Amino acid sequence: MTVGTRSRLTLRTLALSYLFVLVLVPLGMILYRTFEHGLVAFWESITTPAAISAISMSLTIVAIVVPLNVCFGVVTALALARGRFPGRGIVQAIVDLPFAISPVIVGVSLLLLWGVNGWFGGLADAGFQVIFSLPGMVLATLFVTLPFVVREVEPVLHEIGDEQEQAAATLGASRWQTFWRITLPAIRWGLAYGIVLTVARALGEFGAVTVVAGGVPGQSQTLTLLVHSRYIDDQNTFGAYAAATTLMGLALVTLLLMTVLNRKREAA
Amino acid sequence: MITVTGASKRYGDFAALDDVSIEIPDGSLTALLGPSGSGKSTLLRVIAGLETPDSGSVVISGEDVTDIPPQRRNIGFVFQHYAAFKHMTVRDNVAFGMTIRRRPKAQIEARVDELLGIVGLAGFQKRYPSQLSGGQRQRMALARALAVEPRVLLLDEPFGALDAKVREELRAWLRRLHDEVHVTTVLVTHDQEEAMDVSDNIAVLNEGRVEQIGTPLDLYERPANDFVMSFLGPVARLRGRLVRPHDLKVTREPGADSVPATVGRVAHLGFEVRVELDAEGQEPVSAQTTREEAQRLGLRTGERVYLRTDQPPQLSLAESGALG
Repeated sequence: MTVGTRSRLTLRTLALSYLFVLVLVPLGMILYRTFEHGLVAFWESITTPAAISAISMSLTIVAIVVPLNVCFGVVTALALARGRFPGRGIVQAIVDLPFAISPVIVGVSLLLLWGVNGWFGGLADAGFQVIFSLPGMVLATLFVTLPFVVREVEPVLHEIGDEQEQAAATLGASRWQTFWRITLPAIRWGLAYGIVLTVARALGEFGAVTVVAGGVPGQSQTLTLLVHSRYIDDQNTFGAYAAATTLMGLALVTLLLMTVLNRKREAA
Repeated sequence: MITVTGASKRYGDFAALDDVSIEIPDGSLTALLGPSGSGKSTLLRVIAGLETPDSGSVVISGEDVTDIPPQRRNIGFVFQHYAAFKHMTVRDNVAFGMTIRRRPKAQIEARVDELLGIVGLAGFQKRYPSQLSGGQRQRMALARALAVEPRVLLLDEPFGALDAKVREELRAWLRRLHDEVHVTTVLVTHDQEEAMDVSDNIAVLNEGRVEQIGTPLDLYERPANDFVMSFLGPVARLRGRLVRPHDLKVTREPGADSVPATVGRVAHLGFEVRVELDAEGQEPVSAQTTREEAQRLGLRTGERVYLRTDQPPQLSLAESGALG
């Protein structure tokens, strides 16, 4: 189908205005509000003890969730792409489950399991606090970010096929050597892209984490939760804008990485 | 010597290999020839250890390797689609097997350079597979397989993904390489011309069984059955018997054993001429004659002629026995 110059221009204008109104204007408003009192006010607002705690909490969760999901994701993707085992379809469905389930449900189910009256509730009495502390938030984030690495790596494994791995085997490489020298380098861009998606989601997760976090400032509050509590609970709108801008900064770095990696992945 | 004894392999209801036994002599180049689904690739992968047979044994150079994984069989394997390590340079691809074996660096360098010279890729060390043509990639894969000095070289439709001209060049090149390196080589192909061109021996496979093993000439002259005969070259059926088109004689006069026929299309193919004929009460056949003969007969479409075979089809099994 050919599109005339005029209609092409109209379509472009429409698409750009849509993006402008829905994305750029709200984000621009936050940036404007954040910096209207100058950089010093912004800096002070994001270096309060609660803010520093929230930033480090968010980064800690990312630091725990990413390695776990990389290991789980690569192993699962390998099993799904290379293995022929009964129940493969069920595993496929379970991997996609976090995409389908509302994060709030994840949070509630974790409460049911680990809360005071839950199956594993006794652990809290033994001194291992899951709900309202870091382990619970990590569990919630793990759940919602579970599919990303699997779903990015599995198609790459399908695409490269297993001939390179077989060739390595005939040349004397053990399974472990084949994985490190052949498989991992072949999936590296897909894996990196999966990691970036995991980081972005882990930073931004609200629904599941808010249920299990309890939101004690300085203790169990991520940056995303801080934005919410400053705005709603503390009526500290400026503080909320500042925290949101920090979060956006982190997201922007992730987004840039994503774009670069996507290019590499397509070139590979 | 590679000896496969009683190898069977089933995938569900499908018998990929059905009690196959074959001996491949040291230093020979043997082709496994058959249509797709005949089990030729499965047999090669069983020899390599990439597939485990349901029953039967594989012995390479006197060592029973049936339960030994491919890593420790000391074989070289070349895949139809090259299986190049895309993220490695040509040098690292060829060096892979030696790197795994922790050979000294200087020795690896020297061997890589030597092999790249042999396969005609000298100076390509720093390139990546994506910068090579299909033929070059396959030659790199061959160098990679040869680098570990394998006891046997196994080639799975190595030229199948290349265009006709490159395929023919590489075929001739492989034959010369084999005459230099003398490594026992097994080549899987579905192309009878390729098999007859390069190999010392051909094993014809069909439906998971070996139909016949012999030299290319043996198989062509003394096919064990109709399948081998029709797979190794064009055939025509006259009075229910298979004959080669060049053994069909077209005459103007009726003879003792001749069959009347009507001339269909006459195709001039350079030196040879193909005459399509409708024989009465028979399937249409193609006869192959020389240009001179065709000129002498002056055949035209619609004319009535007579067909006979010059010699009876040779289906004697006596002289076309198995190898070894």
